[in-house]
Amino acid sequence: MKLYLKIWRQKDASAKGQMVDYTLNGVESDMSFLEMLDILNEELISKGEEPIEFDHDCREGICGTCSLQINGRPHGPDTMITVCQLHMRSFNDGDEIVIEPWRAKAFPVIKDLIVDRSAFDRIQQAGGYISVNTSGRPVDANAIPIEKHVADAAMDAATCIGCGACVAACKNASAMLFTSAKVSQFALLPQGQVEAADRVQNMVRQMDLEGFGNCTNTGACEVECPKGISLENIARMNREYLSASVKG
Amino acid sequence: MGILDSKEPQGPLADKWAKHKNEIDLVNPANKRNIDIIVVGTGLAGGSAAATLAELGYNVKTFCYQDSPRRAHSIAAQGGVNAAKNYQGDGDSVYRLFYDTVKGGDYRSRESNVYRLAEVSTNIIDQCVAQGVPFAREYGGLLDNRSFGGVLVSRTFYAKGQTGQQLLLGAYGAMNRQIQRGKIKSYTRHEMLDLVLVDGKARGIIARDLVSGEIERHSAHAVVLATGGYGNLFFLSTYAMGANVMAAWRAHRRGAFFANPCFTQIHPTCIPVSGDHQSKLTLMSESLRNDGRIWVPKRKEDAIAIREGKLKPVQLSEEERDYYLERRYPAFGNLVPRDVASRAAKERCDAGFGVNKTGEAVFLDFASAIMRYGKEKALTSGMKDPDDNTIRQLGEEIVEAKYGNLFQMYEKIVDANPYKTPMMIYPAVHYTMGGLWVDYNLQTTIPGCYAAGEANFSDHGANRLGASALMQGLADGYFVLPYTIGDYLSDDIRTGAIPTDSPEFDAAEKDVRDRMEKLMSGTGIHSVDYYHKKLGKIMWNKCGMSRNEKELKEAIKEIAELRKDFWENVKIPGSVDSKNQELEKAGRVADFLELGELFAKDALERKESCGGHFREEYQTPEGEALRDDENFKFVSAWEYMGEPSAAKLHKEDLVYENIKLKTRSYK
Repeated sequence: MKLYLKIWRQKDASAKGQMVDYTLNGVESDMSFLEMLDILNEELISKGEEPIEFDHDCREGICGTCSLQINGRPHGPDTMITVCQLHMRSFNDGDEIVIEPWRAKAFPVIKDLIVDRSAFDRIQQAGGYISVNTSGRPVDANAIPIEKHVADAAMDAATCIGCGACVAACKNASAMLFTSAKVSQFALLPQGQVEAADRVQNMVRQMDLEGFGNCTNTGACEVECPKGISLENIARMNREYLSASVKG
Repeated sequence: MGILDSKEPQGPLADKWAKHKNEIDLVNPANKRNIDIIVVGTGLAGGSAAATLAELGYNVKTFCYQDSPRRAHSIAAQGGVNAAKNYQGDGDSVYRLFYDTVKGGDYRSRESNVYRLAEVSTNIIDQCVAQGVPFAREYGGLLDNRSFGGVLVSRTFYAKGQTGQQLLLGAYGAMNRQIQRGKIKSYTRHEMLDLVLVDGKARGIIARDLVSGEIERHSAHAVVLATGGYGNLFFLSTYAMGANVMAAWRAHRRGAFFANPCFTQIHPTCIPVSGDHQSKLTLMSESLRNDGRIWVPKRKEDAIAIREGKLKPVQLSEEERDYYLERRYPAFGNLVPRDVASRAAKERCDAGFGVNKTGEAVFLDFASAIMRYGKEKALTSGMKDPDDNTIRQLGEEIVEAKYGNLFQMYEKIVDANPYKTPMMIYPAVHYTMGGLWVDYNLQTTIPGCYAAGEANFSDHGANRLGASALMQGLADGYFVLPYTIGDYLSDDIRTGAIPTDSPEFDAAEKDVRDRMEKLMSGTGIHSVDYYHKKLGKIMWNKCGMSRNEKELKEAIKEIAELRKDFWENVKIPGSVDSKNQELEKAGRVADFLELGELFAKDALERKESCGGHFREEYQTPEGEALRDDENFKFVSAWEYMGEPSAAKLHKEDLVYENIKLKTRSYK
């Protein structure tokens, strides 16, 4: 198939970016979206032009590196997948496809389609862990039974891959879905409850410091999340935050 | 013993590690504050090592090429992590895990290392549960287990099909806690380009900031390489696109011996290649072999009809199918080790029974598992005489709960519903057992340079068992390295900070800059990927699932020619002093082009078949691997001498005091 691509090009963080038009022939339906971009880049290199830089690594939907806004939607038109799992069979011959980086103040563009998501790391550093040292003598793993539905709910929250689609989807560029997923995972498990109050307060404080917007419950994040992280996590985080604030 | 001293402790196997820990020197907590350690790579081995070393009080710097430590490729491991907990009461023990691993590795690993791995495996599960890793549980609230290939017990712990992700997030959390305390400084989007030696000891690295293009010097008292495997040598593999051998290969060029480079794992259950544009292969977890049955048609005409789309697999009756693993290996059936399963698939496809367009695929079928689970569910829900449709529906729900995310992944890539029609799978490069040679302390042949996880060679011999990579990464990082590195660093308490303005750092930085300039000066027309794909084709066709003398010799010649062409002609746009993904790729492929030749040379020299290394000249009449313990019961450790062809072989003889060497049989 033949495609008309409009792609964001930006030399570096301080440069002014722009949309650039490319026409690409010979795209096959069983190619992945990123393989389509590989082919475009090979063409650009052969013409002596600089290829389009984009983030990607595992190309199997789990590392959370790839991050493209395609026709206005994070990870493209399909649901429950990342860009690397998107295949060209989702498009038609002659389609125009607009490709942009994540757009959020807290995710500045580094180059072309690559953004800086280190704000997510800093939110995790503020408390996204259980404070336990490595030791050869912790309690036995089966000493504390955990109800299956609780363990499953913690796992569902823990499935977040930290890609940032939730932020890109949100009109306020809020990071509530991301932050609440981690808060929920630990709030649900008995091991995480000891530090729950400090954790939620520290993580929310860092989230605000990074310049993410507020949540207005539109639910766009949940729709675009490639791992199906539920809005319930945001509700749980709000409860946790409130009870932590009351405890002081 | 030669110049390779494995430093294995003396005494009975079961006491070695405890005895060793009691005898090694410790560094007092106040002195740890004056000692710096660099950890390159932040996957399970690097992440867990960095966190633990920082907890102990050392100053740690971590480096990863990804934009966050959490994205290291350990995250893609699906199936699980082994541990000898014996929660199932099915006869598991530390000894049995040790035995299975040595046997699975076809008797080419070091007994003492493997025993220690099995010994600390139970600590891993305890540690991870304490960190909040949400492992799968049974209704009673206790941890659930499943089985993996090559074993007869259920010892694999898992978190849906995302075990690697959850374990890595645990280690990443532990790292984050130390970053917040200021004990770890994390450098992301950074790549190690060289190892710096001062007075023969590893004292730092040269790294490139991949965003600004700046070259940086970082010093430390010891350097840990936890940079994973080198399977991307084959271009198409299940590795992440950025996975590379650069750190390990730079260390090799500075004096670290490279062990068993030809020991590569080709995983039997991956989604088959669909075309030339393909950049990456996707694994379908080994856990699927718990319930999936592997088959091809019994009659060649049926295989041809299926290839041509004239026949559907579901139209073939049980009698018309050849469940070749169950037929050839009745004791282990579909759960034979990976090397055995991969070769058996290749054998059927080479004989003309492949089932996709290219003839390189076999079926992985869940129909009987769906019906089995459905019947069980109907019974336990008290249904009387349910019809087949109801049973199938109930069964599909159970299969979805177990493998839902894998089935979804398959459907997205292939555009076929695996609940209704069998999956098509084919072997693909997945893991490398070879790596930097290390002693019992995980130290390479360069003092102060350590290698952990997949980057070292130590525990898996010639074939790794499923769910053992996660186990080894975390064992090395949480429980081994933090002890053994202290023994070395106890001599450094008075050294003080290592300066970065020494002639050694000057020289290493100059080497790095010269190399990048040389890469940028190519005058040809082809991109980095062109060379990488060519290398991959040579490797897959001549150094892949089966190897022979003639083709290995051809591969050596072809790779050397390709390397020469690459260095003269590779075309890299952009500049060295800014973000440049093509330059990053070029540096990695340049190293693969050297390693590839050493790989082929190693495979040529090892005139036996063992584990993943199958030499066509050495096989039994039934087509099984024919090992030669008399002549090849050793680790091949290669010393860098300039060109790969000049590499010098050192042998570490493997001594088996606790396990009797036997022909590996899964029949």
